[in-house]
Amino acid sequence: MNTNLLIQLLVNGLVVGTLYGVVAMSFVLIYKATQVVNFAQGELLLIGAWVCWMLLTKYHVPFWLGMPMTLAFMFVFGILIQVIILRPMIGEPIISVIMVTIALSTVFQAALKWIYGVNPQPFPQVFTSQSLTIGSLQIQTVYVMSLIVSLAMMVGMAWFFKVSKWGLAMRATAFNQQVAQSLGISVKTVFAMAWAISAMVSAVAGIVVAVVNGVSQGLSIYGIKVFPAVILGGLDSIGGAVIGGVIIGLLENFAQFIDSEYLHWGNLYEIAPFYVLIVILMIKPYGLFGTKDIERI
Amino acid sequence: MANSTLLPSGDFRTSYAVDTTVFPTTTSRNFAILGVILICFAPLVLGNYWLSILIQIGIFGIAALGLNILVGFTGQISIGHAAFFLFGAFTSAYLSNNTPIPVFFAIPLAGVVTAVVGLIFGIPAARLKGLYLVIATLAAQYILLDFFSRAEWFSGGSVPAMAEPFSIFGYVLRGDRQYFYVVLAYVVVSYLLVTNLMRTRDGRALVAVRDHYLSAEIMGINLTKYRTLSFGLAAFFAGIAGALYAHYQLVVSNEGFGIERSILFLAMVIIGGTGSIMGTLMGTAFVVLVPEAMEWISMELKGGALDKALALNNNLTFLREIAIGVIIIAFLVFEPDGLAHRWRQIKAYWKLYPFSH
Repeated sequence: MNTNLLIQLLVNGLVVGTLYGVVAMSFVLIYKATQVVNFAQGELLLIGAWVCWMLLTKYHVPFWLGMPMTLAFMFVFGILIQVIILRPMIGEPIISVIMVTIALSTVFQAALKWIYGVNPQPFPQVFTSQSLTIGSLQIQTVYVMSLIVSLAMMVGMAWFFKVSKWGLAMRATAFNQQVAQSLGISVKTVFAMAWAISAMVSAVAGIVVAVVNGVSQGLSIYGIKVFPAVILGGLDSIGGAVIGGVIIGLLENFAQFIDSEYLHWGNLYEIAPFYVLIVILMIKPYGLFGTKDIERI
Repeated sequence: MANSTLLPSGDFRTSYAVDTTVFPTTTSRNFAILGVILICFAPLVLGNYWLSILIQIGIFGIAALGLNILVGFTGQISIGHAAFFLFGAFTSAYLSNNTPIPVFFAIPLAGVVTAVVGLIFGIPAARLKGLYLVIATLAAQYILLDFFSRAEWFSGGSVPAMAEPFSIFGYVLRGDRQYFYVVLAYVVVSYLLVTNLMRTRDGRALVAVRDHYLSAEIMGINLTKYRTLSFGLAAFFAGIAGALYAHYQLVVSNEGFGIERSILFLAMVIIGGTGSIMGTLMGTAFVVLVPEAMEWISMELKGGALDKALALNNNLTFLREIAIGVIIIAFLVFEPDGLAHRWRQIKAYWKLYPFSH
């Protein structure tokens, strides 16, 4: 047994897992606030990464300015999606709303390929890349940066929901829209805000992945990997999404370890989360922290 | 079914049998039969290009019909339909190559096998609401495609699998002209089957599950059974269509059956009209023709200023995807009942022309 490889992969898993957690968190944010299952979450990541890449390479904006500009763009973009496309769908069956987001993801993906081409692009160097050596482990500084950014976003999100007025309004809306409205909360604004914040958080995750691996269409796979994570954590639990993300990230890399050491199947890494997904749906469909649906007649 | 609002005044139906009849009048039945007979002459008149388009519409129409049972009648979504389609294709190719089963029987058998595989993925989700089936089928899409690229004994792995040509009583059908009739027969039979299914207790139970699952359950409809049944049926038709596709192309590969293709199947159902059987065929025709139409337009524009400015020709594949996505959204927002609804309105308009009020 190759302990070194195992530890290396588990560290990778932790880093990737926290990123999954961040994306899953922004997915659950939209689901909780607006009851929309967003199949275009991965594309939000991708758009954020490409926009930032464009600002940095085409217009030579420094990173400290390019990042806030990207976030501002994503904020507006999120609001626009909600207002133009999803607001007319309020009250429609959940199935139609899901299909709208699936179609949105197709449109975004094709449009991005049209605009930026299909080839992956390296991201300009933001941090001087070094690797830390802890014991026999080699960890790149970008990984540490990624981990720190992810954790910071989780803490920020927790603060937002626990303390800020907007977060409180969002929780109230998620709990009961009519009651929230009667207390003077503008449900419309909350819906738009949920999309805006989710788009921003996804974009940050997208940029982090881009800094580590470069920008490519493959980024949108994060939007798909979100599903095992949120089903594991429970569809409507933000904390669950984070934990689910970390577990899926670790599990992926553990699967790769098993694969490379014993099975030699190749790309078990990519497919393992989906097997887990099916198993969770069989034994614990509401996930670890999700609320059980109890039908009242 | 949903057209009760467009019934002419004075048309009162007094018995249940009259209400569920497939063709309301003798004339409409004769027209339908005439239509099928006319289409039989298509291979004699049309060129190869149009014939291949018709065959594609037929094959994808069967798969979309299966999806419409699931989406339109039971109110569940699957985004793994392309994987089941491909599973049917590989199964039929495998059966006809490695067993003495002739192609004639391999096609329906492929449908049955695909239905069984579909049920494995459908069972966990059938207990739950529609949302979970979407996610389960998403997993199915990835797991199945991974399986195809891995299982060399079954699908040839990275090498495309060969499929034998269709033969009946030792007579081998070759070329589009002859294969057209096979597809036509399958289309007619499966559309009749589904139309009749919707007139039975089981069909009505599916619609009841869609409309209000709690009321349906209270009335004694077994939710799990009917959700599973509809998912099995959807996979069954996907398998049949895939098998037909395999023996049409004579070669089956993973290529082009990713999640985009599953979304295309959904587009066919939505554009045609969820819950409309004939609408499915219209939607399929629409989705098959849109890329072709875009090809013609881009050929027209080739070399023009617009083409040079936006590099349209080089990016045609992306433009097609964008067009399909935009069309799905537009239909969902502006015309949720799809082309079938439009068609009924056109018919109602001409019925009363020129005195529409």
